[in-house]
Amino acid sequence: MPMTMSQKILAAHAGLDEVRAGQLINARLDMVLANDITGPVAIKEFRKAGAVKVADSSKVALVMDHFAPNKDIKSAQQCKLCREFAGEQNLENFFDVGTMGIEHALLPEQGLVGAGDLVIGADSHTCTYGALGAFSMGVGSTDMAAGMMTGECWFKVPSAIKFVLKGKFAKNVCGKDLILHIIGMIGVDGALYKSMEFFGDGVKHLSMDDRFTVCNMAIEAGAKNGIFPVDGLTLEYMNGRFKRSPKIYMADNDAEYDEEYEIDLSKLEPTVSFPHLPENTKTQPEWGDIKIDQVVIGSCTNGRISDLRIAAKILKGRKVAKNVRTIIIPATNEVYLQAVKEGLVETFIEAGAVVSTPTCGPCLGGHMGILAENERCVSTTNRNFVGRMGHITSEVYLASPYVAAASAVAGRLASPDEI
Amino acid sequence: MQVKGRVFKYGNDVDTDVIIPARYLNTTSETELASHCMEDIDPDFVKNVKAGDIIVAEDNFGCGSSREHAPIAIKASGVSLVIANSFARIFYRNSINIGLPILECPEAVAGISAGDIVSCDLGAGVITNETTGKTFKAEPFPPFIQEIISDGGLMKHLIKRSQNYSAGAAE
Repeated sequence: MPMTMSQKILAAHAGLDEVRAGQLINARLDMVLANDITGPVAIKEFRKAGAVKVADSSKVALVMDHFAPNKDIKSAQQCKLCREFAGEQNLENFFDVGTMGIEHALLPEQGLVGAGDLVIGADSHTCTYGALGAFSMGVGSTDMAAGMMTGECWFKVPSAIKFVLKGKFAKNVCGKDLILHIIGMIGVDGALYKSMEFFGDGVKHLSMDDRFTVCNMAIEAGAKNGIFPVDGLTLEYMNGRFKRSPKIYMADNDAEYDEEYEIDLSKLEPTVSFPHLPENTKTQPEWGDIKIDQVVIGSCTNGRISDLRIAAKILKGRKVAKNVRTIIIPATNEVYLQAVKEGLVETFIEAGAVVSTPTCGPCLGGHMGILAENERCVSTTNRNFVGRMGHITSEVYLASPYVAAASAVAGRLASPDEI
Repeated sequence: MQVKGRVFKYGNDVDTDVIIPARYLNTTSETELASHCMEDIDPDFVKNVKAGDIIVAEDNFGCGSSREHAPIAIKASGVSLVIANSFARIFYRNSINIGLPILECPEAVAGISAGDIVSCDLGAGVITNETTGKTFKAEPFPPFIQEIISDGGLMKHLIKRSQNYSAGAAE
């Protein structure tokens, strides 16, 4: 029975020679993850079940990134609870202010996840690690608690959709435009319960940061996971970081896919998701005149060093428009430090932007950039639902760092060609 | 398990951010979460919902974040069942894990209006619109999933199973 790449990873972790779509399996996990929002619920469930010790303290990661540095007393209490649990369980992968970063940028960077891994995380964007050739998916806190207790999780083996990429991006186009284009094409439930597997000659033209961005938003098409084949670039990224040996799985040539799409990267244009669904994608000249109040460049989707380099290239020697609050959030301390060394932070501040410590903050309307009534934000984040970044009448336009930085300068939704 | 209540009806892609906005995720208190349930899509929901009431929605209910706070808020607000054309996958799994009954049934969604009184035999998957007299058949969950839901969620189910197991072993 031929298998997809995702199915091969699941089969290997379930100790089976083969699995097929729809089959229920129990599989061994390489890492389980939670943050300061989902962690406390998982810990509560862990205790409710009468559990005393986690199955393997090296395979649990807790990252304080959503409402940290703490925005209020309740958030501080939640981090405290996680901190105490981490101490009690001797968790070596507990990341607090000073070592933390946005979880899905941090775990790959720290080498805690890599090719061939099976990972669950109590955060929907856990699917990001598919960029490394891992099977990773978001779950809720109870599944996370069960994963901590047993080191295992049950899965329904997914079928898959195949995306064949060819060509390379035109100027001012990147991985964000590719994934927004795909979500616009198949819809927010277009890949519901399925894997999104990427293939083709175009893959080699996608940087690792592009691949992280693409897999990160697989959930925005309803997918269980997104995954890229492992190539020289993946191995180079993991070299010196990944703590274990990479395991390379490849889809069988005759693996079955529910659907297949071919995408010519050279034909993609700067793409923006209009409120209030990621599938509401538009390219110019459909954008019209959208005046904005805020720009956010950061998040687990686009807060990596190449995203900041793109933003800095556009903001260099320019000023952000009057009354456009421009908030730039490096995803991890390593990214932050690199941005300082390269002079990017100086560029941002001189342009009139602000640079924050790593946090998920504004992406989910937590803190560090909440929108008032009727305000609009161009953001490199991943969701633009009603009330996502603040007031229920506020609007979020999802875009690449190219478009976000250009919009900050223009004071309206704009592509780099317009400034 | 039999449930009955008045229907709140919603459209496509009801996301977890409108079910429970992230600004309230600084707590794990079920009653506090319930007090903000559906706030950004239906500010009157909390005022009007009564124990036993039923949510009916179209496609992809519960899309977005993995927050288990979303099904927790719905369950704690008194809702006894969510019927939809389809559910987002993490929400689906979370609902089972916390013991919130859910059913996929496009025929029922089409045949039920806001305010109707609906009853359901969860074990059989039979949904009755008491207001119109029409009945619909959903695919019920297999017995082991029904047991998780009726025990009040995965953890309570596991505890019960291990107690039964030790009781059995002692005999």
